[in-house]
Amino acid sequence: MRPETKMFSKAALVAALALPLASCNMVVMSPSGDIAAQQRDLIVISTVLMLLIVVPVIFLTLFFAWRYRQSNTTAKYDPEWHHSTRLEVVIWSAPLAIIIALGAITWISTHTLDPYRPLERIAEGQPLSAGHKPLTVEVVALDWKWLFIYPELGIASVNELAAPVDTPIRFKITSATVMNSFYIPALAGQIYAMAGMETKLHAVINKPGEFEGFSANYSGAGFSHMRFKFHGFDQAGFDKWVADVKAGGATLDRATYMQLEKPSIKEPVRHYASTDASLYSKIVDMCVEPGKMCMSEMMAMDKGLICRIPEPTTAAREEKAIRPAT
Amino acid sequence: MTADWTSLLFGKLTLEAIPYHEPILVVTFIGVAIGGLTVLGALTYFRLWGYLWKEWFTSIDHKKIGIMYIVFAIIMLLRGFADALMMRFQQAIAFNGNEGYFPPHHYDQVFTAHGVIMIFFVAMPFVTGLMNFVVPLQIGARDVSFPFLNNFSFWMTVAGGIIVMISLFVGEFAKTGWLAYPPLSDITYSPDVGVDYYIWGLQIAGIGTLLSGVNLIATILKMRAPGMSMMKMPIFTWTAFCTNILIVAAFPVLTAVLALLTLDRYVGTHFFTNTDGGSAMLYVNLIWIWGHPEVYILVLPVFGVFSEVVSTFARKRLFGYTSMVYATVVITILSYIVWLHHFFTMGSGASVNSFFGITTMIISIPTGAKMFNWLFTMYHGRIKYEVSMLWTIGFMVTFVIGGMTGVLLAVPPADFVLHNSLFLIAHFHNVIIGGVVFGVFAGINFWFPKAFGFRLNAFWGKMSFWFWLIGFYFAFMPLYVLGLMGVTRRMNQFDDPSLQIWFIIAAFGAFLILLGIGSFIIQILYSIWKRDELRDETGDPWNARTLEWSTSSPPPAYNFAFTPVVHDVDEWWFMKQNGYKRPLSGFIPIHMPKNTGTGAILAGLSVAFGFAMVWHIWWLALVSFVAIIGKTIHHTFNYNRDFYIPAEEVAAVEARRTQMLPAE
Repeated sequence: MRPETKMFSKAALVAALALPLASCNMVVMSPSGDIAAQQRDLIVISTVLMLLIVVPVIFLTLFFAWRYRQSNTTAKYDPEWHHSTRLEVVIWSAPLAIIIALGAITWISTHTLDPYRPLERIAEGQPLSAGHKPLTVEVVALDWKWLFIYPELGIASVNELAAPVDTPIRFKITSATVMNSFYIPALAGQIYAMAGMETKLHAVINKPGEFEGFSANYSGAGFSHMRFKFHGFDQAGFDKWVADVKAGGATLDRATYMQLEKPSIKEPVRHYASTDASLYSKIVDMCVEPGKMCMSEMMAMDKGLICRIPEPTTAAREEKAIRPAT
Repeated sequence: MTADWTSLLFGKLTLEAIPYHEPILVVTFIGVAIGGLTVLGALTYFRLWGYLWKEWFTSIDHKKIGIMYIVFAIIMLLRGFADALMMRFQQAIAFNGNEGYFPPHHYDQVFTAHGVIMIFFVAMPFVTGLMNFVVPLQIGARDVSFPFLNNFSFWMTVAGGIIVMISLFVGEFAKTGWLAYPPLSDITYSPDVGVDYYIWGLQIAGIGTLLSGVNLIATILKMRAPGMSMMKMPIFTWTAFCTNILIVAAFPVLTAVLALLTLDRYVGTHFFTNTDGGSAMLYVNLIWIWGHPEVYILVLPVFGVFSEVVSTFARKRLFGYTSMVYATVVITILSYIVWLHHFFTMGSGASVNSFFGITTMIISIPTGAKMFNWLFTMYHGRIKYEVSMLWTIGFMVTFVIGGMTGVLLAVPPADFVLHNSLFLIAHFHNVIIGGVVFGVFAGINFWFPKAFGFRLNAFWGKMSFWFWLIGFYFAFMPLYVLGLMGVTRRMNQFDDPSLQIWFIIAAFGAFLILLGIGSFIIQILYSIWKRDELRDETGDPWNARTLEWSTSSPPPAYNFAFTPVVHDVDEWWFMKQNGYKRPLSGFIPIHMPKNTGTGAILAGLSVAFGFAMVWHIWWLALVSFVAIIGKTIHHTFNYNRDFYIPAEEVAAVEARRTQMLPAE
């Protein structure tokens, strides 16, 4: 092979290897939200910490495998050597040391990055100030689409989510169907959406842009298409988006919701200019359908049943509790 | 009126349940039917039915049962791998609006079946088969404690496999993922029979697994040769012991949780439903309280395999036997307090998540210690690169990578971004293929000559190893990348075209693994063909260390003419070093259990029962259930269950061996 052909083939090889890597966008490793960025940092730190032990092990495996091969008669052979207290101490304490370090990191980061914990900063070196008014979004997983309700703005959208940059977002998440997982990799880690329960996520988006969101827990036939776009807007852009939604004029009341709830795949983006304020809590309570008993009522009643037998006075109090003011 | 009669006779089963309108399934069915008829025809033509029934199906010999487990696992591996290839192919083409060739309805069954089959009907029978074959030989016993139970356990496992296979052609399989999380698996969201096939397949196989666990614990505790204290047990027996403790403690949880799901589906209870006070998270907790120990059930025995292989081929005593034993025991205990790491993302508090994250990481300490022990066994050794040793080196390099990504996933905030992603898929295939599958192949190559009296061909063994190893890296490294690109699991269609190249690389890797499996099959067939060249008459082809190598290959039905007396962990090595002489006279009659068809019959009835329950054919369920009870009671009255091998016959068998052995 002539030298230039050789060089060319080498370049082709490099290109063949680099091409897929170049064309890939590792959103988990280069996110646009502060929470996801901290989670990315944690992945990097943990990996480096573990490589401290993994690389020597791989190296030693290959080295010993080569050095002590049968044909190498110059290497020492000691068939009865099988114990060394000093080595044993090292092989137990080396992983132990790594795990102590990693365990400490885990304890701290799990608490600071707890999705239920309200944000304390907008980005690194940018603590939360009184000027940052958080935005609440109520998220409902449906078969097979996402409903987003903005209680403070009185609007709602399907399969489209928007938020202003550098604003803390408080997600309250539930499901009206099977388990799903609410995940926008560019923004923050995922959290499950489960019927009759509410999970929470606090996050912030720092860069404007259009990001992918989806369900990260398999939920049946339409799962692959249970995706939405998440828009990070500057304040003006967000205000315009809200105005556009309001201009649409549609209303999300219980009847519209009952229609929306029916299973559908590839549901188009929908906007609702106004919403029934109690809708989300009814969804969590699983009593949107008129005439259906709410879970909270049922639980109060169950509690009443248990207490009624020994303590009539408590029962009378529970009687009241099962009829909350409507 | 006719409708009433048909539903009474056939339950929910109708002609519509046969998927003749799905071309893929019709072609598969034709293939299976032709293949099956050929095999059945050949068996009939060569008059092998009687032989198979008498010598194998009804056998209570732990060696034959072990071999049957492994044959069953190889057959199921082909099915499970076919599913894997179909998924890889689907994901490689389903871009730019192309829906691929699988609609969700079918694709969702394929990935569920792949997971269920690979765990329950491939990995489990592989390790159970190895334990069954090796443990009694390693501890110098003639059989397991309860030989009939062993045969019954095997057939129940097969019965579960058959039920899952029936779902391919009658009705459908679950579309829920391999753990069938409710509410999706509840009757509201999965009204079809798929989940019922899942439930009954696993329940019936689970009985087999549980009983086999009881059996091996009793065997290891009570049937060790004199002198073999716990701390003189070979390391594979130790890992088998811990695994079976895990089985006995964990499988009842699976049985219970599936029973509760059954009640939800059949009689309308609300354990796991969305409504009426049910809690799906209860199911998720319970299934992982079984599910996490399950992965250690699979991996501990192969740790034992690697320990035996590495010390044999490094021709050196295992480094740090005691710490290896303690590491195994610590892993056994810790495996029970880590289950929540499978669902950090379900909203537990930070302290709960950190607790389970840290306990998970702690498991990597004993596992790391094991890794170092293998490493220092190689150190100052003289390593012979037989095929088993190649698998072991491949394992050591691959498994540490999988272990590392596993510990990474144990950090809850990192898990929030990687949970359910293809990164996770890459991780657990990294440890299950790089650990369990490599270990099983190391074990098969290692003990095959013991089981059959001839070695496996090394060339095809090496082909198989390299195809598997390289194929694994091609198939799963792209999945790590895709996980970091935020791609989640169980998708059957994609929007982003930049992902496609990675799926194509992964599909290529799966193709290489296909060649690896093909090479393995060729290896077996070629070795059978060339068996005379590969013949081992010594019983100890590898110059190995533990008792199973002291008897002939294949071992006689009674394993050992005289029960050995044990002095050392590596007893056979010790015997060889100290000039052991095989006794040539003084044989006495040997007490042995008799074959029985009861296990196969009970399992057959269980298939009928499971099928009836799936399709709500109540009369058949009742009849088969009564028949199962009846046959069980009938078997307890079978007093004709043991016999003696006469001393002359033992003497004749041993004399034949003396002739084969080189004169000393």
